[in-house]
Amino acid sequence: MTDIPSDTRAAAPSTGEEGAAPRARPATPLADPAAERRRARRSRRYRRDVKWSPYALVAPFFLFFLAFGLFPLLYTGWASLHRVELGTPTDMEWVGLRNFSRLLEDDFFWNALRNTFTIGVISTVPQLLMALGLAHLLHYRLRGSMFFRVAILTPYATSVAAATLVFVLMFSRTDHGMINWGLGLVGVDAVDWQNGDWTAQFAVSAIVIWRWTGYNALIYLAAMQAIPKDLYESAALDGASRWQQFRHVTVPSLRPTILFTCVVSTIGATQLFGEPLLFSQGASPTGGSDHQFQTLGLYLYEQGWFNQHLGRASAIAWTMFLILVLIGLLNWAISRWIRRDA
Amino acid sequence: MASLKKRGAGRQLRGGKVTYAVLILFTVGSLFPLVWTAIAASRNNTRLAQTPPPFWFGGNLFKNLEIAWTDANMGTALINTLVVAGSITVGTVLFSTLAGFAFAKLRFRFRGVLLLLVIGTMMVPPQLSVVPLFMMVAEFGWTDQLQSVVLPTLVSAFGVFFMRQYLIEALPTELIEAARVDGASSFRLIWHVVFPAARPAMAVLGMLTFVMAWNDFFWPIIALTQGGEPTVQVALAGLGRGQIPDQSVIMAGALLGTLPLLIAFVLFGKQIVGGIMQGAVKG
Repeated sequence: MTDIPSDTRAAAPSTGEEGAAPRARPATPLADPAAERRRARRSRRYRRDVKWSPYALVAPFFLFFLAFGLFPLLYTGWASLHRVELGTPTDMEWVGLRNFSRLLEDDFFWNALRNTFTIGVISTVPQLLMALGLAHLLHYRLRGSMFFRVAILTPYATSVAAATLVFVLMFSRTDHGMINWGLGLVGVDAVDWQNGDWTAQFAVSAIVIWRWTGYNALIYLAAMQAIPKDLYESAALDGASRWQQFRHVTVPSLRPTILFTCVVSTIGATQLFGEPLLFSQGASPTGGSDHQFQTLGLYLYEQGWFNQHLGRASAIAWTMFLILVLIGLLNWAISRWIRRDA
Repeated sequence: MASLKKRGAGRQLRGGKVTYAVLILFTVGSLFPLVWTAIAASRNNTRLAQTPPPFWFGGNLFKNLEIAWTDANMGTALINTLVVAGSITVGTVLFSTLAGFAFAKLRFRFRGVLLLLVIGTMMVPPQLSVVPLFMMVAEFGWTDQLQSVVLPTLVSAFGVFFMRQYLIEALPTELIEAARVDGASSFRLIWHVVFPAARPAMAVLGMLTFVMAWNDFFWPIIALTQGGEPTVQVALAGLGRGQIPDQSVIMAGALLGTLPLLIAFVLFGKQIVGGIMQGAVKG
C-alpha cells in the first residue's frame, strides 16, 4: 500500500477491498488530539460501513425471502407428511407418506396430470411456433412496427380472470357464442365447448395462446436482433434462400432463447390454474362436470380449499415440484444432446 | 447469380404485402377479444343471448359499468389493487436494486452461495408455498387484509437477478471506487451513484412488476375472500362464480379491471415493449 499524502488521510482510504482506512499515525506531530480522535472515529465508522453495507443491502430481500419464500417452501414438505385440516391448520397429525400414497391411488390425480400435460402441449407448441413466425415477420423493416409490437402485447396486459371471462362468453355453447356463430357461417354445427373433453382443453389452451404469443414473439425478436448480420451475408453468398437462412442461421442462433421460452412456458403450463378454474361453470375447481380439464393446480386447490385437506394439498405441491425438476433435467439432457449433435 | 446482392441481408429486408397481411391478422386477433369485451359490456343480457352476436356498441355501457362498480365491488377492488400493486412494485424495485447492486459490485462473504440461492428459487412455483402461507396468514389474523397479498410478494428473486445483470455492465466499478476514495458513505454512494445508473432498469422492472402484481390470481383468491377486501382479480373470480348472472355486467367488470393497464399500455407501450425485449437479452 502506498503512503497517502497527509491532507487526504482523514477521509480517503486506498482502493483496498476492506476499505483500508487512513493510518492512525498522526499526520503531523503537532496534531490536536481531539481532531485526531474524531478522525479515528470517522475512519472506524467508514471501515464498518464498507464491511457491513453489503449485508445490509441484501438483508431486506433475504428477510422477506426467508419468511415468505424459503420457510413456506420447506414447511410444505413437512405439512405433506401430516394430516392437516383447513379449519384447524395448527392441529397436525403425523401420517408419514400416506398423503403421497393416497395421491397415487387417486384416479383424479392421474387425470389431472394427464390434463395438465395435454393442455400444456396444446397451448405451448402452437404458441411458440406462432411466436417464432411472428418475430420473424416483425424483424423485417416495417412501417408502424412499434404499433404491431404494442398491439400483439396487449393480451399480456389482460389478466387471466378478465381474459377467461371473455373467452367463456365467446366459447359459449349455443350458436350465439361468437366462435360457434363463426363456425356456423362455414357450415359447422355448434360445439359444446365446455362439456367435451378435447374441445374444453382446446378452449382453455386458446386463452393461454392468446395471452402469451405476443410476449414470446417479442422475446424471440429481441434475440433475432442480436444475431450478427454477417452470418446472413455469408449464408446469402453461399446461395441460401430466405427459408434456408431462417432454418440454418436464425433458428440455431435462437436456440438458447427457444430453450428459455420452452422452460418458462413449461413451468407456466404446469401451474395452469386461473384459466381452467374460471372456464368451468360457476368457477368450480373440478375443471368441468367430468373433470375433463382439471389441471394439477386446480386439483391442489380442490383438495386443499374445498375438501379441506391441506396436508394432501401440500403433497400435490411437492409432486408438482418434482415433476418440474424432472422436466428441467430432461430439458437439460435434451439441450446437451442437441448441442453435441450440432 | 444476379439476385445474390438483393438477397444478402446486410440491411434489414423490407416486409412485403404478405408480412403486413399476417401482422394485421395477428393484431386483429390480439385486440378483438378486448374490443368485444367493451361491445358486450355496452349491451344487455338479452342481446348477448341472440344470434348473431353483437358487433357494434349498444347504449348500456355506463349503466353496466355502474352496476359492476357497486354490486360487483369493482370500485373497492380497483383501489385495493392500486394499493397492492403499487406497494409490491415499490418494494420489489427498491429491494431488488439494493441487493442487485451488492451482488453486482460489492465483495462479501457468502456472496456466491447467496446468489445461487436467489437464482435457484427463481423458478420455484408459487404452489409450493401456498399452504404454509395460508397457515401463516390465518395465524397472524391477516385473512381478508391486503397485507396478506402484499408482504409475501414484496420481493422477487427475478428482480434481484435482473438488476444484478443490468448493474454489472451499466455501473462502472471505477465510479464506485472514485466515490469511495472521496469518502462517500454507502448511503450516499447508493443515492448519488447507484440509483441514477440503475434508473432505466428500475423503470423496466417496475412496469413488469406492476403488470404482474395487478394480474396475480392464484395467491390472492386464496388469501382474500370475495366479501372482504377483494383485488380486481378476486372480484372478477366472484363474477365468474356467477355472483351476478347478467353477462353484460360481467363484461363491464372485466373491462373495468383491464382498463387501467390498457391505458398504461397506450401511454407507455413503447417502453414496456422495450423493457420486455431488453429483459429477454439480459436474462
